[in-house]
Amino acid sequence: MSALAENLWLALGIGAAFGFVLERAGLGSAVKLAGQFYLRDLTVFKVMFTAIVTALVGLAALDAAGLVDRAAIALPDTFLIPQLVGGLVFGIGFIVGGYCPGTGCVGMASGRGDGVAVVLGMLAGVLVFGELYPALATFYTLTPLGPATLPEVLPLPGPTAGLAVVALAAAGFATAEWWERRRTFRSDAGIIHMDNPRTP
Amino acid sequence: MTREPQRYWNPYAAGVALGLVLLSAFALVGRGIGVSGAAAAVVATGVDAVAPAHARGNAYFGAYLGDGSRSPLGDWIVVEVAGVLLGGLVSAGLAGRFRPGVERGPRAGVRTRLAYAFAGGAIMGFGTRLARGCTSGLALTGGALLSVGAWVFMLALFTAGYAMAPLVRRQWT
Repeated sequence: MSALAENLWLALGIGAAFGFVLERAGLGSAVKLAGQFYLRDLTVFKVMFTAIVTALVGLAALDAAGLVDRAAIALPDTFLIPQLVGGLVFGIGFIVGGYCPGTGCVGMASGRGDGVAVVLGMLAGVLVFGELYPALATFYTLTPLGPATLPEVLPLPGPTAGLAVVALAAAGFATAEWWERRRTFRSDAGIIHMDNPRTP
Repeated sequence: MTREPQRYWNPYAAGVALGLVLLSAFALVGRGIGVSGAAAAVVATGVDAVAPAHARGNAYFGAYLGDGSRSPLGDWIVVEVAGVLLGGLVSAGLAGRFRPGVERGPRAGVRTRLAYAFAGGAIMGFGTRLARGCTSGLALTGGALLSVGAWVFMLALFTAGYAMAPLVRRQWT
């Protein structure tokens, strides 16, 4: 088997594991995802930040053990202003549509028509961006910082930035558990129950 | 078809599993996991099929199409997203959660919810291209790598999501 084909089997396998875990976490449900933004269900935050901490700590460990060269891993380029504005636009789209791109795919794969609509909408939005690209190109490339990382731009020594992320996540988890316990006995009138979505 | 769906995984256990999937992508392929890049490859291919000269004349789609010797549909990320669909389908099927339908609030109509979903998807799709990634390819992947742009994107998306949420509540009620 050629190296390229092998790589594509790996792509399929890693993608399948990704989709499987998202679905098991309940993130193929728009009601559950939207719950994060109405502070009714903080699963999105818990899953996402546990994943970030796991990969961050795991990568540091594998790098320290000499098993993985972290310098060989593709780091996203930072373009400060377009990524700030893109994040704001994305966040609006996320709560209007009820899914992000990956979870929309999982919703679609779970038979949900709203997942299909989000994915079709996403393709339409990408088409509009591409067609407008000549007019957007200047803005798109504003404030380039290259593959910048937090330890490079913040006045924090050594692994402090990574440790700060772990500490903030831990504080966030404790707060999320406290909040959900506090809410348990309150009425959730008006919102359908997350484990029993109304799907006629 | 009427059996009770299984419970979802504990969110922290699911988060560890998701982190290990990301870590294996880092270790085995030298990259993270993404989704929205596949949408760009699909759209570039579609535009190329309908209007090839127009697609190749557009700097954004042209970058995906390259010299035309190979289809962007063979890109790593497109195959990975095909895997996401497959994995989601298998998981939903095994858990008794594959249910054709439209998730919405008890008083919201199907058409209302689908209109919100399409509009939200379009806004989000535009946002992913401006930011060069989505919740997986930028926020999750870049977040774990401590990328500056990833953390800026993540803070911006949650801020905007919380600010917008009260205005689109009717689809959930």
